[in-house]
Amino acid sequence: MTAVGDRGGGWPETSFAELIGTVEFRVGQRAHITVDSGVCRSCTTKACVTACPANLFAPTADGGILFSYEQCFECGTCYQVCNNEGAITWTYPDGGHGVVFRNG
Amino acid sequence: MPAEILDAVVVGAGPAGSAAALALARAGRSVVLLERGPFPGSKNVYGGVVYGRVLDEVIPRWWEQVPVQRWVVRRGTMALTGSQALSVDYRTQAWGEPPYNGMTTFRSDFDSWLADHAVAAGADLITSTVATGLIRGPGGEVTGVRTDRPDGEIRARAVIAADGVNSFLAKEAGLLPATAAAEHTLGVKEVLGLPASVIEDRFAVGPGEGADFEMIGVTRGIPGGGFLYTGTDTVSVGVVVSLTGLAASAVRPEELVADVKAHPAIAPYLRGATVREYSAHLIPEGGYRAMPKLAIDGMVIAGDAAGLCLAAGLWLEGVNFAIGSGLAAGRAVARAVGAGDTSARGLAGYRRELESAFVLADHKRLRGAPRLVLSERVQQRYPGMVCDLAEGVFTVTNPVPKPGLARLARQSAKRHGVRLSGLLRDTLSGARVYR
Repeated sequence: MTAVGDRGGGWPETSFAELIGTVEFRVGQRAHITVDSGVCRSCTTKACVTACPANLFAPTADGGILFSYEQCFECGTCYQVCNNEGAITWTYPDGGHGVVFRNG
Repeated sequence: MPAEILDAVVVGAGPAGSAAALALARAGRSVVLLERGPFPGSKNVYGGVVYGRVLDEVIPRWWEQVPVQRWVVRRGTMALTGSQALSVDYRTQAWGEPPYNGMTTFRSDFDSWLADHAVAAGADLITSTVATGLIRGPGGEVTGVRTDRPDGEIRARAVIAADGVNSFLAKEAGLLPATAAAEHTLGVKEVLGLPASVIEDRFAVGPGEGADFEMIGVTRGIPGGGFLYTGTDTVSVGVVVSLTGLAASAVRPEELVADVKAHPAIAPYLRGATVREYSAHLIPEGGYRAMPKLAIDGMVIAGDAAGLCLAAGLWLEGVNFAIGSGLAAGRAVARAVGAGDTSARGLAGYRRELESAFVLADHKRLRGAPRLVLSERVQQRYPGMVCDLAEGVFTVTNPVPKPGLARLARQSAKRHGVRLSGLLRDTLSGARVYR
């Protein structure tokens, strides 16, 4: 996802790692996202993989989904675009944890 | 957690929740304001302009104390193709003087400021606390919320759910469906640092003055648009796109922002800027037709939780609708508590007040706008058509005589697959939607 290059904007593009590195996360102990990879194996679209703005979902070789919760914007895109009910369980992180936007 | 039964508990210290708590506290009611983030605004993102007129009635001369970045004196709407841009760019110095019109801000500052007003009026703000569920009485009426604190139950005569676009409380109450991708858009934003004087030179504004541009035709055919606005020493650039369109496109959101940043009409504004913060947030854009019931026994919903963002093309507003609904919710709950009836019937004054004010009146009037604005023709055909028309008008073809506007219009319509019948239909429906 580190697409560094020049599209004509006049300066190099920002890598995804650089983008996400600008955001403060107060990571909690509890994972506020869980994914039932068994359900994902029957999913043909895996829309969460491309739609999640924090890029937290990755397809695995056996057709499942590998996910992380630590650098989550808590936007809700993943469970909204998920077309297999129950595959993604999403709640808020515990109070005081998770993303902290300063310039939102 | 307070042991006594409160008059009200408000969930979410965003603009809706803080406005509700402010109205309740001013009415002399006991109220707890819960915020899951470490401070108000820490979970929130907006996309351009906050319109403060709604504050006139509650915070006189609010503009003298609000944490503003810049007062917007330039408001542009742009139709883009890969290499063309047609802009309607309006500016007025009146918006840069009291009582002002719209401002840019950071939500961490703005939301904290509004919550401070609620606290000053007597509300009890509790941060870093998630409302995890509703407490119900014997008749199913809402009697409070559970939180993730030890002994974290809070009992109240009424709950105001201002817990945002994902409102789990409204979902638990059966007011919102578990998912509704078609009624939501995703906003993705980069805040970029630039010196204030450079911003003022590039955007042709004075110190303290700012610009806000909104664009269509820059989201790879995914229904939505782009935005660019100025802070004091930042410029914010991003896109708002349909969730279903984004999912179907398999394009990554940050790629869409990169497209806007690289567009030849946008890139010169941003040259040399460095990324300060990347962010994303969902927006409820279903409008009036997707709006849930607003009150049940013991609970009302306000702000994004009630789907009150106005996404009507020309007008893209949310924070003011959140404040307007929060104030009305707070006042309605205060009256219902005073009358000793916080059933859905006792809380019905909330909806009536919203209908008589801009909050539901604007939404009702513009109920057809989201569908029109996100239609395939407006999104994918008209930007190119109007750009080609403008290019035809302003390209000098000597020695060939000027082609005439009617012919140019026909040519550019044809090139973009626009038929006269469709154009007429959209013109009529636009006239109806915006009448």
